[in-house]
Amino acid sequence: MISWADEGRRLGRLVAVALFVLALPFAALAADLPALTGRVVDNAGIIDAGTRAALTQKLAAFETKGSDQIVVATIPSLGGEEIEPYANRLFRFWKLGQAKENNGVLLLVAPNDRKMRIEVGYGLEGTLTDLHTKLIIENDMVPAFRAGDFSGGISKAVDDMIMVLEGNPEELVARGERNQQPPINTDNLFFAVFIGIWAIIFFGSMAASILPPIFGQKLGPGRYRWLGMTFEPGRRSSSGGWSSGSSGGGWSSGGGGGGFSGGGGSSGGGGSSGSW
Amino acid sequence: MLAQRLARPSTFRSLPAFLMMAIVLPLLAGCGYNTIPTAEENAKAAWSEVLNQYQRRADLIPNLVETVKGYASHEKDTLDAVVEARAKATQITVTPETLKDPEALKKFQDAQAGLTSALSRLIAVSEAYPDLKANQNFLALQAQLEGTENRIAVARRDYIQAVRDYNLTLKTFPSVLWATFWFRSNEPFANFTVDEDKMQPPKVDFGTKQGG
Repeated sequence: MISWADEGRRLGRLVAVALFVLALPFAALAADLPALTGRVVDNAGIIDAGTRAALTQKLAAFETKGSDQIVVATIPSLGGEEIEPYANRLFRFWKLGQAKENNGVLLLVAPNDRKMRIEVGYGLEGTLTDLHTKLIIENDMVPAFRAGDFSGGISKAVDDMIMVLEGNPEELVARGERNQQPPINTDNLFFAVFIGIWAIIFFGSMAASILPPIFGQKLGPGRYRWLGMTFEPGRRSSSGGWSSGSSGGGWSSGGGGGGFSGGGGSSGGGGSSGSW
Repeated sequence: MLAQRLARPSTFRSLPAFLMMAIVLPLLAGCGYNTIPTAEENAKAAWSEVLNQYQRRADLIPNLVETVKGYASHEKDTLDAVVEARAKATQITVTPETLKDPEALKKFQDAQAGLTSALSRLIAVSEAYPDLKANQNFLALQAQLEGTENRIAVARRDYIQAVRDYNLTLKTFPSVLWATFWFRSNEPFANFTVDEDKMQPPKVDFGTKQGG
Protein backbone atom coordinates (compact mmCIF):
# COMPACT_ATOMS: atom_id res chain seq x y z
CA MET A 1 0.00 0.00 0.00
CA ILE A 2 2.74 2.37 0.98
CA SER A 3 4.69 1.57 -2.14
CA TRP A 4 1.59 2.34 -4.18
CA ALA A 5 1.30 5.76 -2.64
CA ASP A 6 5.01 6.24 -3.24
CA GLU A 7 4.58 5.18 -6.81
CA GLY A 8 1.72 7.60 -7.23
CA ARG A 9 3.70 10.45 -5.78
CA ARG A 10 6.68 9.67 -7.98
CA LEU A 11 4.44 9.51 -11.03
CA GLY A 12 2.92 12.84 -10.10
CA ARG A 13 6.35 14.39 -9.79
CA LEU A 14 7.37 12.89 -13.13
CA VAL A 15 4.30 14.34 -14.83
CA ALA A 16 4.97 17.72 -13.24
CA VAL A 17 8.56 17.68 -14.47
CA ALA A 18 7.48 16.56 -17.93
CA LEU A 19 4.90 19.34 -18.15
CA PHE A 20 7.45 21.86 -16.99
CA VAL A 21 10.00 20.71 -19.57
CA LEU A 22 7.34 20.78 -22.29
CA ALA A 23 6.24 24.26 -21.35
CA LEU A 24 9.80 25.59 -21.11
CA PRO A 25 10.45 26.33 -24.80
CA PHE A 26 7.11 28.12 -25.16
CA ALA A 27 7.73 30.16 -22.05
CA ALA A 28 11.25 30.98 -23.20
CA LEU A 29 10.04 31.97 -26.68
CA ALA A 30 7.15 34.04 -25.44
CA ALA A 31 9.02 35.65 -22.58
CA ASP A 32 11.51 37.68 -24.59
CA LEU A 33 8.99 38.96 -27.12
CA PRO A 34 6.70 41.82 -26.13
CA ALA A 35 2.93 41.44 -26.36
CA LEU A 36 1.00 43.12 -29.16
CA THR A 37 -0.94 45.60 -27.08
CA GLY A 38 -1.91 47.94 -29.89
CA ARG A 39 -0.71 49.52 -33.10
CA VAL A 40 1.96 51.40 -31.17
CA VAL A 41 3.82 49.22 -28.67
CA ASP A 42 6.12 51.66 -26.92
CA ASN A 43 7.94 49.43 -24.47
CA ALA A 44 10.99 51.69 -24.47
CA GLY A 45 8.84 54.70 -23.60
CA ILE A 46 10.27 57.08 -26.22
CA ILE A 47 7.06 58.19 -27.93
CA ASP A 48 5.03 60.93 -26.24
CA ALA A 49 1.36 60.35 -25.53
CA GLY A 50 0.04 62.79 -28.11
CA THR A 51 2.07 61.27 -30.92
CA ARG A 52 1.09 57.78 -29.83
CA ALA A 53 -2.63 58.61 -30.00
CA ALA A 54 -2.22 60.31 -33.37
CA LEU A 55 -0.22 57.38 -34.76
CA THR A 56 -2.72 54.82 -33.50
CA GLN A 57 -5.57 56.70 -35.12
CA LYS A 58 -3.69 57.18 -38.37
CA LEU A 59 -2.70 53.52 -38.59
CA ALA A 60 -6.21 52.32 -37.77
CA ALA A 61 -7.64 54.57 -40.49
CA PHE A 62 -5.05 53.28 -42.92
CA GLU A 63 -5.93 49.67 -42.16
CA THR A 64 -9.61 50.23 -42.86
CA LYS A 65 -8.67 51.67 -46.23
CA GLY A 66 -6.35 49.01 -47.58
CA SER A 67 -6.22 46.32 -44.87
CA ASP A 68 -2.46 46.87 -44.51
CA GLN A 69 -1.33 46.55 -40.90
CA ILE A 70 1.47 48.86 -39.85
CA VAL A 71 2.74 48.48 -36.30
CA VAL A 72 5.29 50.66 -34.51
CA ALA A 73 7.24 48.90 -31.76
CA THR A 74 10.00 50.12 -29.51
CA ILE A 75 11.99 47.90 -27.18
CA PRO A 76 14.65 49.10 -24.76
CA SER A 77 17.29 46.59 -25.85
CA LEU A 78 17.78 43.69 -28.23
CA GLY A 79 19.57 41.64 -25.61
CA GLY A 80 22.62 41.02 -27.77
CA GLU A 81 20.66 39.75 -30.78
CA GLU A 82 20.98 41.30 -34.24
CA ILE A 83 18.00 43.46 -35.11
CA GLU A 84 17.19 41.60 -38.36
CA PRO A 85 16.42 38.15 -36.85
CA TYR A 86 14.70 39.78 -33.87
CA ALA A 87 12.42 41.86 -36.08
CA ASN A 88 11.58 38.85 -38.21
CA ARG A 89 10.77 36.77 -35.13
CA LEU A 90 8.60 39.52 -33.69
CA PHE A 91 6.82 40.03 -37.01
CA ARG A 92 5.99 36.34 -37.27
CA PHE A 93 5.02 36.16 -33.60
CA TRP A 94 2.55 39.01 -34.05
CA LYS A 95 1.42 37.74 -37.48
CA LEU A 96 1.11 41.23 -38.94
CA GLY A 97 -0.85 41.68 -42.14
CA GLN A 98 -3.77 39.68 -43.49
CA ALA A 99 -3.17 35.97 -43.85
CA LYS A 100 -3.74 35.84 -47.60
CA GLU A 101 -1.97 39.12 -48.38
CA ASN A 102 0.91 39.15 -45.90
CA ASN A 103 0.58 42.94 -45.99
CA GLY A 104 2.08 43.91 -42.66
CA VAL A 105 4.87 46.34 -41.83
CA LEU A 106 6.79 46.47 -38.57
CA LEU A 107 8.77 49.55 -37.60
CA LEU A 108 11.07 48.50 -34.77
CA VAL A 109 13.32 50.83 -32.75
CA ALA A 110 15.79 49.69 -30.09
CA PRO A 111 17.14 52.91 -28.51
CA ASN A 112 19.79 51.31 -26.29
CA ASP A 113 21.34 49.56 -29.29
CA ARG A 114 20.76 52.69 -31.41
CA LYS A 115 19.23 50.53 -34.13
CA MET A 116 16.03 50.57 -36.11
CA ARG A 117 14.47 48.36 -38.75
CA ILE A 118 11.50 48.40 -41.07
CA GLU A 119 10.42 44.82 -41.68
CA VAL A 120 8.08 44.39 -44.64
CA GLY A 121 5.71 41.43 -45.12
CA TYR A 122 5.94 39.26 -48.24
CA GLY A 123 2.92 40.90 -49.82
CA LEU A 124 4.22 44.47 -49.66
CA GLU A 125 7.81 43.81 -50.77
CA GLY A 126 6.95 44.93 -54.28
CA THR A 127 5.39 48.23 -53.18
CA LEU A 128 7.44 49.23 -50.16
CA THR A 129 10.78 48.12 -51.54
CA ASP A 130 14.07 47.70 -49.70
CA LEU A 131 15.24 50.99 -51.19
CA HIS A 132 12.14 52.84 -49.98
CA THR A 133 12.62 51.59 -46.44
CA LYS A 134 16.32 52.40 -46.56
CA LEU A 135 15.61 55.95 -47.68
CA ILE A 136 12.90 56.38 -45.04
CA ILE A 137 15.32 55.22 -42.35
CA GLU A 138 18.22 57.33 -43.55
CA ASN A 139 16.27 60.50 -44.38
CA ASP A 140 13.44 60.55 -41.83
CA MET A 141 14.56 58.67 -38.80
CA VAL A 142 18.34 58.97 -38.51
CA PRO A 143 18.50 62.80 -38.48
CA ALA A 144 15.58 63.11 -36.05
CA PHE A 145 16.90 60.38 -33.77
CA ARG A 146 20.32 62.01 -33.67
CA ALA A 147 18.61 65.16 -32.48
CA GLY A 148 16.80 63.09 -29.84
CA ASP A 149 13.38 63.56 -31.44
CA PHE A 150 12.06 60.00 -31.48
CA SER A 151 8.38 60.94 -31.76
CA GLY A 152 9.01 63.23 -34.71
CA GLY A 153 11.23 60.74 -36.56
CA ILE A 154 8.82 57.87 -36.10
CA SER A 155 5.73 59.80 -37.16
CA LYS A 156 7.56 61.16 -40.21
CA ALA A 157 8.62 57.63 -41.13
CA VAL A 158 5.04 56.37 -40.72
CA ASP A 159 3.75 59.22 -42.91
CA ASP A 160 6.23 58.34 -45.63
CA MET A 161 5.48 54.62 -45.46
CA ILE A 162 1.78 55.38 -45.87
CA MET A 163 2.61 57.72 -48.73
CA VAL A 164 4.59 54.99 -50.51
CA LEU A 165 1.86 52.42 -49.94
CA GLU A 166 -0.73 54.89 -51.23
CA GLY A 167 1.42 55.52 -54.29
CA ASN A 168 -0.39 52.65 -55.95
CA PRO A 169 -3.98 53.61 -55.09
CA GLU A 170 -5.85 51.11 -57.29
CA GLU A 171 -3.95 48.22 -55.81
CA LEU A 172 -4.50 49.53 -52.28
CA VAL A 173 -8.26 49.85 -52.73
CA ALA A 174 -8.48 46.43 -54.35
CA ARG A 175 -6.58 44.94 -51.43
CA GLY A 176 -8.95 46.61 -48.99
CA GLU A 177 -11.99 45.25 -50.78
CA ARG A 178 -10.58 41.76 -50.88
CA ASN A 179 -10.14 41.81 -47.12
CA GLN A 180 -13.30 43.48 -45.93
CA GLN A 181 -14.72 41.89 -42.80
CA PRO A 182 -18.33 40.88 -43.46
CA PRO A 183 -20.72 42.01 -40.68
CA ILE A 184 -21.60 38.38 -39.94
CA ASN A 185 -18.88 35.89 -40.58
CA THR A 186 -20.73 33.86 -43.19
CA ASP A 187 -17.84 31.45 -43.51
CA ASN A 188 -18.20 30.36 -39.93
CA LEU A 189 -21.98 30.24 -40.08
CA PHE A 190 -21.92 28.05 -43.15
CA PHE A 191 -19.28 25.85 -41.58
CA ALA A 192 -21.30 25.44 -38.36
CA VAL A 193 -24.42 24.43 -40.32
CA PHE A 194 -22.40 22.02 -42.40
CA ILE A 195 -20.80 20.41 -39.36
CA GLY A 196 -24.18 20.25 -37.62
CA ILE A 197 -25.83 18.37 -40.49
CA TRP A 198 -22.86 16.12 -40.89
CA ALA A 199 -22.81 15.31 -37.19
CA ILE A 200 -26.54 14.51 -37.16
CA ILE A 201 -26.17 12.13 -40.08
CA PHE A 202 -23.01 10.50 -38.82
CA PHE A 203 -23.67 10.20 -35.12
CA GLY A 204 -27.44 9.93 -35.48
CA SER A 205 -27.23 6.64 -37.30
CA MET A 206 -24.68 5.38 -34.83
CA ALA A 207 -26.83 6.44 -31.90
CA ALA A 208 -29.91 4.89 -33.48
CA SER A 209 -28.23 1.52 -33.53
CA ILE A 210 -26.51 1.69 -30.17
CA LEU A 211 -28.78 3.62 -27.81
CA PRO A 212 -32.20 1.89 -28.19
CA PRO A 213 -30.89 -1.50 -27.02
CA ILE A 214 -29.50 0.22 -23.96
CA PHE A 215 -32.28 2.63 -23.01
CA GLY A 216 -35.27 1.33 -24.95
CA GLN A 217 -37.95 -1.22 -24.25
CA LYS A 218 -37.42 -4.56 -25.90
CA LEU A 219 -40.31 -5.55 -28.19
CA GLY A 220 -38.79 -8.59 -29.78
CA PRO A 221 -35.50 -9.84 -31.24
CA GLY A 222 -33.75 -6.83 -32.73
CA ARG A 223 -36.76 -4.53 -32.13
CA TYR A 224 -36.72 -1.84 -29.49
CA ARG A 225 -39.09 0.95 -28.51
CA TRP A 226 -37.46 4.17 -27.40
CA LEU A 227 -38.69 7.77 -27.27
CA GLY A 228 -41.95 6.67 -28.87
CA MET A 229 -40.27 5.19 -31.94
CA THR A 230 -39.56 1.65 -32.93
CA PHE A 231 -35.94 0.91 -33.77
CA GLU A 232 -34.63 -2.14 -35.56
CA PRO A 233 -30.87 -1.72 -35.49
CA GLY A 234 -30.18 -5.05 -37.20
CA ARG A 235 -32.41 -4.16 -40.18
CA ARG A 236 -30.69 -0.95 -41.02
CA SER A 237 -28.89 -1.17 -44.29
CA SER A 238 -25.21 -1.12 -43.57
CA SER A 239 -24.30 -0.15 -47.09
CA GLY A 240 -24.49 3.53 -46.18
CA GLY A 241 -20.82 3.98 -45.56
CA TRP A 242 -19.60 7.20 -44.16
CA SER A 243 -18.63 10.53 -45.55
CA SER A 244 -14.93 11.22 -45.46
CA GLY A 245 -15.71 14.59 -43.91
CA SER A 246 -12.57 16.42 -44.97
CA SER A 247 -12.68 19.83 -43.43
CA GLY A 248 -11.16 21.31 -46.57
CA GLY A 249 -9.88 24.83 -46.94
CA GLY A 250 -9.24 26.75 -43.79
CA TRP A 251 -11.39 29.61 -42.65
CA SER A 252 -10.18 32.75 -41.09
CA SER A 253 -10.24 32.85 -37.35
CA GLY A 254 -12.33 35.99 -37.69
CA GLY A 255 -10.53 38.47 -35.47
CA GLY A 256 -12.98 41.36 -35.43
CA GLY A 257 -13.91 42.30 -31.90
CA GLY A 258 -12.49 45.16 -29.94
CA GLY A 259 -8.75 44.64 -29.52
CA PHE A 260 -6.18 44.84 -32.26
CA SER A 261 -4.48 41.66 -33.38
CA GLY A 262 -2.38 40.47 -36.28
CA GLY A 263 -4.24 39.10 -39.28
CA GLY A 264 -2.04 36.04 -39.78
CA GLY A 265 0.54 37.47 -42.17
CA SER A 266 4.21 36.58 -42.36
CA SER A 267 7.47 38.11 -43.49
CA GLY A 268 10.46 36.70 -45.31
CA GLY A 269 12.92 39.34 -44.19
CA GLY A 270 12.09 42.17 -46.56
CA GLY A 271 12.85 45.79 -45.66
CA SER A 272 16.02 47.25 -44.26
CA SER A 273 17.78 48.32 -41.10
CA GLY A 274 19.78 51.27 -39.96
CA SER A 275 21.48 52.77 -36.96
CA TRP A 276 22.15 56.23 -35.62
CA MET B 1 -39.11 -11.38 -46.11
CA LEU B 2 -37.01 -14.47 -46.45
CA ALA B 3 -34.26 -12.55 -48.12
CA GLN B 4 -34.36 -9.96 -45.39
CA ARG B 5 -34.14 -12.54 -42.69
CA LEU B 6 -31.25 -14.21 -44.43
CA ALA B 7 -29.46 -10.93 -44.91
CA ARG B 8 -29.90 -9.85 -41.36
CA PRO B 9 -27.22 -12.00 -39.75
CA SER B 10 -24.60 -10.98 -42.32
CA THR B 11 -25.27 -7.26 -41.98
CA PHE B 12 -25.30 -7.70 -38.26
CA ARG B 13 -21.93 -9.36 -38.42
CA SER B 14 -20.48 -6.70 -40.71
CA LEU B 15 -21.64 -3.84 -38.51
CA PRO B 16 -18.74 -4.19 -36.07
CA ALA B 17 -16.37 -4.32 -39.03
CA PHE B 18 -17.79 -1.07 -40.35
CA LEU B 19 -17.60 0.52 -36.94
CA MET B 20 -14.00 -0.64 -36.65
CA MET B 21 -13.13 0.89 -39.99
CA ALA B 22 -14.98 4.08 -39.18
CA ILE B 23 -12.88 4.38 -36.06
CA VAL B 24 -9.57 3.07 -37.41
CA LEU B 25 -9.40 5.03 -40.67
CA PRO B 26 -9.45 8.49 -39.04
CA LEU B 27 -6.99 7.15 -36.48
CA LEU B 28 -4.68 6.24 -39.34
CA ALA B 29 -4.43 9.92 -40.21
CA GLY B 30 -4.42 10.88 -36.54
CA CYS B 31 -1.62 8.41 -35.86
CA GLY B 32 0.60 10.20 -38.26
CA TYR B 33 0.40 8.54 -41.63
CA ASN B 34 0.46 12.06 -43.05
CA THR B 35 3.20 13.35 -40.80
CA ILE B 36 6.16 12.24 -42.86
CA PRO B 37 4.96 13.33 -46.32
CA THR B 38 3.83 16.66 -44.89
CA ALA B 39 7.15 17.34 -43.22
CA GLU B 40 8.99 16.28 -46.35
CA GLU B 41 7.04 18.64 -48.57
CA ASN B 42 7.55 21.47 -46.08
CA ALA B 43 11.30 20.90 -46.14
CA LYS B 44 11.33 20.84 -49.94
CA ALA B 45 9.33 24.06 -50.07
CA ALA B 46 11.74 25.68 -47.63
CA TRP B 47 14.63 24.61 -49.84
CA SER B 48 12.97 26.12 -52.90
CA GLU B 49 12.77 29.39 -51.02
CA VAL B 50 16.50 29.19 -50.21
CA LEU B 51 17.30 28.61 -53.89
CA ASN B 52 14.93 31.41 -54.86
CA GLN B 53 16.71 33.93 -52.64
CA TYR B 54 20.20 32.86 -53.73
CA GLN B 55 19.02 33.22 -57.33
CA ARG B 56 17.73 36.69 -56.52
CA ARG B 57 21.19 37.62 -55.25
CA ALA B 58 22.83 36.18 -58.36
CA ASP B 59 20.48 38.25 -60.52
CA LEU B 60 21.52 41.47 -58.81
CA ILE B 61 25.22 40.96 -59.44
CA PRO B 62 25.62 41.77 -63.17
CA ASN B 63 24.01 45.17 -62.57
CA LEU B 64 26.15 45.80 -59.52
CA VAL B 65 29.35 44.87 -61.36
CA GLU B 66 28.46 47.15 -64.27
CA THR B 67 27.79 50.07 -61.93
CA VAL B 68 31.01 49.61 -60.00
CA LYS B 69 32.98 49.21 -63.23
CA GLY B 70 31.85 52.66 -64.35
CA TYR B 71 33.54 54.30 -61.38
CA ALA B 72 36.27 51.93 -60.32
CA SER B 73 37.43 50.22 -63.47
CA HIS B 74 40.90 49.53 -62.12
CA GLU B 75 39.55 47.29 -59.37
CA LYS B 76 39.57 44.65 -62.07
CA ASP B 77 40.69 41.78 -59.83
CA THR B 78 37.88 42.25 -57.33
CA LEU B 79 35.31 42.60 -60.09
CA ASP B 80 36.58 39.52 -61.90
CA ALA B 81 36.52 37.55 -58.64
CA VAL B 82 32.84 38.41 -58.17
CA VAL B 83 31.93 37.47 -61.73
CA GLU B 84 33.83 34.21 -61.42
CA ALA B 85 32.31 33.33 -58.06
CA ARG B 86 28.86 34.08 -59.43
CA ALA B 87 29.40 31.81 -62.42
CA LYS B 88 30.57 29.05 -60.11
CA ALA B 89 27.67 29.49 -57.71
CA THR B 90 24.99 29.49 -60.40
CA GLN B 91 26.38 26.31 -61.96
CA ILE B 92 25.66 24.27 -58.84
CA THR B 93 22.03 23.70 -58.08
CA VAL B 94 20.66 21.26 -55.55
CA THR B 95 17.23 19.99 -56.55
CA PRO B 96 14.87 18.81 -53.82
CA GLU B 97 15.48 15.25 -55.02
CA THR B 98 19.18 15.42 -54.20
CA LEU B 99 18.74 17.02 -50.79
CA LYS B 100 19.55 13.68 -49.18
CA ASP B 101 23.15 14.05 -50.32
CA PRO B 102 25.22 16.01 -47.79
CA GLU B 103 28.08 16.27 -50.35
CA ALA B 104 25.89 18.07 -52.87
CA LEU B 105 24.67 20.49 -50.23
CA LYS B 106 28.24 21.09 -49.07
CA LYS B 107 29.34 21.93 -52.62
CA PHE B 108 26.42 24.31 -53.07
CA GLN B 109 27.14 25.86 -49.72
CA ASP B 110 30.84 26.37 -50.51
CA ALA B 111 30.11 27.98 -53.86
CA GLN B 112 27.61 30.39 -52.31
CA ALA B 113 30.01 31.19 -49.48
CA GLY B 114 32.66 32.00 -52.11
CA LEU B 115 30.26 34.45 -53.73
CA THR B 116 29.41 35.97 -50.36
CA SER B 117 33.04 36.73 -49.56
CA ALA B 118 33.79 38.04 -53.08
CA LEU B 119 30.80 40.37 -52.77
CA SER B 120 31.82 41.65 -49.37
CA ARG B 121 35.27 42.47 -50.78
CA LEU B 122 33.66 44.38 -53.65
CA ILE B 123 31.53 46.39 -51.22
CA ALA B 124 34.57 47.12 -49.07
CA VAL B 125 36.57 48.29 -52.09
CA SER B 126 33.77 50.55 -53.27
CA GLU B 127 34.02 52.46 -49.99
CA ALA B 128 37.06 54.21 -51.44
CA TYR B 129 35.08 55.84 -54.28
CA PRO B 130 32.92 58.76 -53.11
CA ASP B 131 31.43 59.27 -56.58
CA LEU B 132 30.33 55.66 -56.68
CA LYS B 133 28.82 55.86 -53.22
CA ALA B 134 26.82 58.91 -54.26
CA ASN B 135 25.48 57.13 -57.34
CA GLN B 136 21.72 56.55 -57.03
CA ASN B 137 21.87 53.28 -58.90
CA PHE B 138 24.60 51.99 -56.61
CA LEU B 139 22.59 52.99 -53.54
CA ALA B 140 19.56 51.12 -54.85
CA LEU B 141 21.61 48.04 -55.62
CA GLN B 142 23.20 48.12 -52.20
CA ALA B 143 19.80 48.33 -50.50
CA GLN B 144 18.56 45.41 -52.57
CA LEU B 145 21.69 43.40 -51.90
CA GLU B 146 21.41 44.00 -48.18
CA GLY B 147 17.73 43.02 -48.23
CA THR B 148 18.50 39.91 -50.22
CA GLU B 149 21.23 38.80 -47.83
CA ASN B 150 18.70 39.11 -45.03
CA ARG B 151 16.11 37.16 -47.00
CA ILE B 152 18.71 34.45 -47.56
CA ALA B 153 19.33 34.32 -43.81
CA VAL B 154 15.59 34.01 -43.11
CA ALA B 155 15.13 31.35 -45.80
CA ARG B 156 18.06 29.37 -44.39
CA ARG B 157 16.66 29.54 -40.87
CA ASP B 158 13.29 28.33 -42.14
CA TYR B 159 14.99 25.51 -44.04
CA ILE B 160 17.00 24.45 -41.00
CA GLN B 161 13.80 24.31 -38.96
CA ALA B 162 11.84 22.45 -41.65
CA VAL B 163 14.59 19.85 -42.12
CA ARG B 164 14.92 19.39 -38.38
CA ASP B 165 11.18 18.73 -38.18
CA TYR B 166 11.31 16.32 -41.11
CA ASN B 167 14.35 14.42 -39.84
CA LEU B 168 12.73 14.15 -36.42
CA THR B 169 9.63 12.52 -37.87
CA LEU B 170 11.88 9.85 -39.38
CA LYS B 171 13.52 9.14 -36.06
CA THR B 172 10.95 9.66 -33.34
CA PHE B 173 7.95 7.70 -32.15
CA PRO B 174 5.27 7.27 -33.40
CA SER B 175 6.10 8.43 -36.91
CA VAL B 176 9.21 6.24 -36.94
CA LEU B 177 6.83 3.27 -37.26
CA TRP B 178 5.53 4.68 -40.53
CA ALA B 179 9.09 5.33 -41.64
CA THR B 180 10.13 1.72 -41.04
CA PHE B 181 7.02 0.02 -42.39
CA TRP B 182 5.82 2.29 -45.13
CA PHE B 183 8.15 5.16 -46.11
CA ARG B 184 11.28 3.09 -46.41
CA SER B 185 12.81 5.14 -49.20
CA ASN B 186 12.60 8.36 -47.19
CA GLU B 187 15.97 9.49 -45.97
CA PRO B 188 16.90 12.43 -43.76
CA PHE B 189 17.75 15.64 -45.61
CA ALA B 190 21.11 17.30 -45.23
CA ASN B 191 21.04 20.50 -43.22
CA PHE B 192 23.19 23.59 -43.01
CA THR B 193 25.70 23.17 -40.24
CA VAL B 194 25.92 25.65 -37.43
CA ASP B 195 29.33 26.98 -38.41
CA GLU B 196 28.24 27.83 -41.90
CA ASP B 197 25.16 29.49 -40.61
CA LYS B 198 27.12 31.72 -38.31
CA MET B 199 28.87 33.23 -41.31
CA GLN B 200 28.06 36.87 -41.46
CA PRO B 201 26.53 38.38 -44.55
CA PRO B 202 28.62 41.18 -46.02
CA LYS B 203 28.11 44.38 -44.08
CA VAL B 204 26.85 47.04 -46.42
CA ASP B 205 27.79 50.47 -45.21
CA PHE B 206 26.00 53.39 -46.75
CA GLY B 207 28.57 55.83 -45.52
CA THR B 208 25.93 57.77 -43.68
CA LYS B 209 27.39 57.18 -40.28
CA GLN B 210 29.65 60.18 -40.21
CA GLY B 211 28.08 61.61 -37.08
CA GLY B 212 26.99 58.51 -35.20
